[in-house]
Amino acid sequence: MAVDNTLPASGATSRPAAAPASWWSRFWAQNGSGYLFLLPWLIGFFCLTIGPALISLYLSFTDFDLLTQPDWVGAANYERIFTSDPKFVQSMKVTLFFVLFSVPLKLVFALAVAMLLNKGMKGLPIYRAVFYLPSLLGASVAIAVLWRKLFAGDGLVNHLLAYIGITGPSWISNPRYSLWTLIILAIWQFGSPMIIFLAGLRQIPNDMYEAASLDGASRWRQFVKITVPLLTPVIFFNAVIQTIDAFKSFTPAFIISSGTGNPINSTLFYTLYLYQEAFGFFRMGYASALAWVLLAIIAIFTAFSFLTSRYWVHYDD
Amino acid sequence: MTTDVQRLTVVTGADDAGKRLRRKVLSVLAHIVLVGISIIMLYPLLWMLAASFRPENEIFSSTSLIPSSISLDSYFRGWNGLRVSFGTFFLNSFTISILSVAGNLAACSVTAFAFARLEFKGRGFWFALMLGTLMLPYQVTLIPQYVLFLNLGWVNSFLPLVVPKFLASDAFFIFLMVQFFRGIPKELDEAAMMDGCGPWRIYRKIMLPLSLPVLATAAVFTFIWTWDDFFGPLIYLSDQRTYTVTLGLRTFVDSSAESDWGGLFAMSILSLVPIFVFFLFFQRLLIEGIATTGMKR
Repeated sequence: MAVDNTLPASGATSRPAAAPASWWSRFWAQNGSGYLFLLPWLIGFFCLTIGPALISLYLSFTDFDLLTQPDWVGAANYERIFTSDPKFVQSMKVTLFFVLFSVPLKLVFALAVAMLLNKGMKGLPIYRAVFYLPSLLGASVAIAVLWRKLFAGDGLVNHLLAYIGITGPSWISNPRYSLWTLIILAIWQFGSPMIIFLAGLRQIPNDMYEAASLDGASRWRQFVKITVPLLTPVIFFNAVIQTIDAFKSFTPAFIISSGTGNPINSTLFYTLYLYQEAFGFFRMGYASALAWVLLAIIAIFTAFSFLTSRYWVHYDD
Repeated sequence: MTTDVQRLTVVTGADDAGKRLRRKVLSVLAHIVLVGISIIMLYPLLWMLAASFRPENEIFSSTSLIPSSISLDSYFRGWNGLRVSFGTFFLNSFTISILSVAGNLAACSVTAFAFARLEFKGRGFWFALMLGTLMLPYQVTLIPQYVLFLNLGWVNSFLPLVVPKFLASDAFFIFLMVQFFRGIPKELDEAAMMDGCGPWRIYRKIMLPLSLPVLATAAVFTFIWTWDDFFGPLIYLSDQRTYTVTLGLRTFVDSSAESDWGGLFAMSILSLVPIFVFFLFFQRLLIEGIATTGMKR
């Protein structure tokens, strides 16, 4: 930053404006330093965010292929997406299946372990660290590589299954199981929602449980009537964050399928399909349309969850 | 009377003992479950670690976690397993990660300072837009950004990965810093302003020194996320000499993996070492960062 101490101070009091101050110099005296500090972000916002977003919206109505000038094709890209693109349908199915199974399973697991840890467990820091480690490492290519080898035909999982007399298939090259290996990888990373649950559980006052158990409420009743309702804001938060994340998941599917989404497109995540269209086939206009459809899906999902949240999320009054 | 009191204590004593026993049993059960989960969670990682030290012919015949003999062959083979050595990939990853940390700290903090402390017209408007960008999936800006960097001649260099960080493109960290800056008492800047300090000095001499916790959180997460980043390098780097570790691993797994799992595992383990070091030294910071802000990982 090439800003030095001679910046005009904010607050016009420090320097009386010259008599016939123009509109601009008055504006600058009052707002100049704010905009100077904002300058890097403003450049980034226009050149890297809003500008490209608008151009991408334009490109989604063209046949842009990176090499030749884009030609306007109207809504043809969107029409093809919604009426005659079996790969779009497949990638949507794969992504929704992944979201619908990985997110709830991950959250249930995270909450269950958080409940176990919450009761003043000895060794809490160690358990928490152990459970958190996979979340921290899980997004890396190295872990995806490990997963590809764990669930291969002669991988570790099948070696372990052999001890109990089961001959497992090659999980990652069998379309019936390949997506499940990715769901298991997602569940394996339950640590960070668990930490958020733990923080939420700690907010629930202990005397509520004491009062309830004096009234003879069973553990299960306490869980259903106290823990869950008071935890709904945290559950809601975790669910939204994890779902958006799951929609955008890319690396594990890419590594496990060598970028193909195979076997028979059973791991063709939406983001992977978009990548193939843009950087495999250079159908950049079509890929832009896919990106806007993704934005619309995430926006609709988010709006929907915020609208329904008022019926089941309890906030303190 | 005395007997009553005695009986009462005896009864509650027995009751207490029963409760204590029950609690003890439950706690032992909980520990068994937790230890079991821990083993399942860590087993794949430890197995990969062990496999990386095994002689090649033993890797898949063994499910145990202790190699019968320790061999560093896989590390030497893996290090030079591709045309360009992994040393270059590690250097590239470090360069990109360090520059990204510098960019994020500098750019996000000045932006956050403007939003949290400076008065100017349109502040609320820009702040709302900044929050809006948090919701935007990167796919929406991806293609025009690529075309822009292609036309600038930046493809196959680190610039497309690093320059956006210096333009505060990580809105999440701006938000985090704004929240933190707002918690610093305003009287400090007002006093400094009385003494004739301009905004730049207030930012440098008051805000930054008081914000070390949030700056450290941003630095650690930026490093880890950049180190792990796969998509950005995949799009922008195609010359093997510019590869990051993540791209090196991907090339390795697709080319020679079927014949050299040992080398692949060894390099995978090495690629996790920096993240693991951060985990060891900054665990509290990471966990608090997640608990208070809900960062995704």
